[in-house]
Amino acid sequence: MKTIVITGISGRLGRIVARRLHHELGWKIVGLDRRPMPGRPKDIDLHQVDLRSKKARDVFRDADALLHLGVMHDPRARAQELYSWNITGTTKLLEYCQAHAVPKVVLLSSANVYGPRPDNPQFLTEDAPLLAAQRFPAMRDLVEIDHLVSTFLWKARELETVILRPVHIIGPVHNAPSNYLRIPRPPVLLGFDPMVQLVHVLDVAEAIVQALAPGRRGIYNIVGPGEVPLSAILAELGREGRWIPHPIAKPLLRLAFTFGLSSFPVAELDFIRYVCMVDGRRASAELGFRPRFGLRETIRAVEEAA
Amino acid sequence: MGLLDRLKQLRRSVPDDDIGSRTQALVVHGNEFGFDPFGMSRAHLASVVTVARFVYRYYFRAQTFGIENLPSVGRVVIVANHSGQLPFDALVIGSACFLEPPQPRLVRAMVEFFVPTVPFASYLFARWGQITGTPENCRRLLEADEAVLVFPEGARGISKPFSKRYQLAEFGTGFMRLATEARAPILPIAVIGAEEQAPAINLKVIAKLMGIPSLPIVPYPPFIAAVPLPVKYRLHVGELMHFDGDPDDDDEVLAEKVKSVRHRIQSMIHMGLAGRKHIFW
Repeated sequence: MKTIVITGISGRLGRIVARRLHHELGWKIVGLDRRPMPGRPKDIDLHQVDLRSKKARDVFRDADALLHLGVMHDPRARAQELYSWNITGTTKLLEYCQAHAVPKVVLLSSANVYGPRPDNPQFLTEDAPLLAAQRFPAMRDLVEIDHLVSTFLWKARELETVILRPVHIIGPVHNAPSNYLRIPRPPVLLGFDPMVQLVHVLDVAEAIVQALAPGRRGIYNIVGPGEVPLSAILAELGREGRWIPHPIAKPLLRLAFTFGLSSFPVAELDFIRYVCMVDGRRASAELGFRPRFGLRETIRAVEEAA
Repeated sequence: MGLLDRLKQLRRSVPDDDIGSRTQALVVHGNEFGFDPFGMSRAHLASVVTVARFVYRYYFRAQTFGIENLPSVGRVVIVANHSGQLPFDALVIGSACFLEPPQPRLVRAMVEFFVPTVPFASYLFARWGQITGTPENCRRLLEADEAVLVFPEGARGISKPFSKRYQLAEFGTGFMRLATEARAPILPIAVIGAEEQAPAINLKVIAKLMGIPSLPIVPYPPFIAAVPLPVKYRLHVGELMHFDGDPDDDDEVLAEKVKSVRHRIQSMIHMGLAGRKHIFW
């Protein structure tokens, strides 16, 4: 039986992926998370340790793969603490993998690393520069983790490293795009209606399974069933946007965030203003990835109970 | 002939364009929500075409010659002269390709980078099929067999002063690289009329002081070119030009090909100017 170490397993995405790998493909799952995992199946090992600690290193002894579920994202935590956790943590993970010759490393990054920008081409390829941190330092951790693992991909050539950059993941998960779409009257910017791409969380799980297959290495954008304007998504969900002129949206959101009325960092406003879409042709050609869920199903997935 | 007679004559000569069925006849690579990957939708397009048709048929009383040269399917790079302070030449070319041929075509113009930062323009241009002008976008559109409109004169062309009318500015070479790479033919169009729609002088000294590339001033209120004069537009559509060769050729090799397109448009402009009776009718 093959063993896979999953970081951030206690999150909803982690659970969904772990379930799929364990029940359907028979992998032995070892979880790494600081958080507890209520309702954990008995045959899943959970190590509640800090990635940077010595104890974490031993977990990799007999591992066949690492699945790093990417950036730790807590908008309320101190920036220094997050930075250390994310960057030092990822560096350590890669060290452990090299030390124990773990043959497969998969990072779940995000298409957000390219950054929403007015001069973006409609579809960014994997070679595009990761500019998300230019306008918003808050995106720095996300970009740096991706860079760390990209460097590792070329440095540790004896291991197979895969970076997946999925578009907005939608489903019974608690990430920014799904949370946003669950707001009864989500704020939208007056005069802006960018095209967006969504992918169903189960399709992402499928892409991870495909990345774990032997022989796959490289960087892949993971794209869902198509492109739609934000307004069409809201209409499909029967939501009506609350129009805010963009010059006052930033200060308003900053205030709301400071007083705990909103969990969305100001940095994320640009995702409902500019295009940040990616080209998924490489994943479809080399990984054989095809989204199984259609556009409507993917949009409706935010309403699924967790 | 009095102005009133002219207006009556105009009313009689304008055909009843069936915008609804023309919009349906467009080839759109849309999804189940009706949007193509670039955000264009038929529903949004039909409403703007109603306005564009009015501008094309009545305001500018545009005449198009040689529209049969526009291929009804397949990739093509439309190249035209750019002028008149406001990009009405793009609107007129787009309307002509939509209204005149038996099979309507949607022209995808390459818009400036600041457009996505302007409220409403940001998404409306996309709904109407107009695309941010990056080389990647152009490449992708040509791969999808679309008709792409480029103005190789760029900002040098649109801001040219009245004294430089119908003299083509320097052409960029990017369009030729993209066209040869995609093996797309080039359709040259000479636009007559646009160059007089906003007769401007360029206040170079003040522009330099303000740190902007040019400051065109028109001799009537509000002195900046906000509304074009109702000149008569004449479009002369030339025959397709085919180029082959390596898209990675040196700039000199490409420059030769670009020159031949520029010469073709310049000679079409000369012929068009010689053939017209009046700026306004």
